[in-house]
Amino acid sequence: MSDPMRIRAQAQGDKVTVRVLVSHEMESGQRRDAAGKVIPAWFIQSISAVHEGRTVMSAQWGPAVSKNPFVQFSFKGGKAGDKIAVTWIDNRGDKRTDEAVIS
Amino acid sequence: MERREFMHKSSGATVLGLAAAAGLLPAAASAQNAPGWNKNAFETKSFNDAVKALGGAAPVESKDLILQAPEIAENGNVVRIGAQSNIPGTTQVAFVIEKNPFALTAVFDIPPGTDASVATNVKMGQSSNVYALAKAGDKYFYAVKEVKVTLGGCGG
Repeated sequence: MSDPMRIRAQAQGDKVTVRVLVSHEMESGQRRDAAGKVIPAWFIQSISAVHEGRTVMSAQWGPAVSKNPFVQFSFKGGKAGDKIAVTWIDNRGDKRTDEAVIS
Repeated sequence: MERREFMHKSSGATVLGLAAAAGLLPAAASAQNAPGWNKNAFETKSFNDAVKALGGAAPVESKDLILQAPEIAENGNVVRIGAQSNIPGTTQVAFVIEKNPFALTAVFDIPPGTDASVATNVKMGQSSNVYALAKAGDKYFYAVKEVKVTLGGCGG
């Protein structure tokens, strides 16, 4: 199973800025191993963030997003103490959800 | 000659064996796409094709869409890019890297209440034009910047 995400969510006024650091290999499918065989692509295809039951960010990614992806976004309507949950799904069908409390 | 043939055969078998042992073969066979993942769009090779695959046509360059990207990226494995759209009603922000093997890199949906401002890290195989694409209503807008890559991030 994969390592947890690092999620930092900070409220400033009525706006919450969220920074997520995901732990994922994000293999591009372009690289070859020592024997010259293509290493199959393995990457996060879908990631979304939910605040109080409402999706505040959703994205589709290709294999060109960097290893251990970083994403930053901000939304209105959150406050300190609220929870935010981030979920990703990769092209092997693995998924992971982590939660953070807005500070 | 015999020795060479032997080496050839045995190394081939080893590769397969290793791959199977590492679970690579079943993983490749069972690769599945996440629900809603736009496979066609992510297989496009150029900016225009990517726009088309996302359902748009004839994007217009806009000063209200601000693309943040470095002029020179020393390491193509990690290039921080961001986009902020000041176009009212922006519902989608996408990044396209023209000279990557697959041009479309990421598509962010912007629900109401969320800022049309996102940033992420991407890989770049070589120096290329980087596009930010914003959808507002049924219109598409773009901003473009050339990023020079010193060390590519997509090869072996």
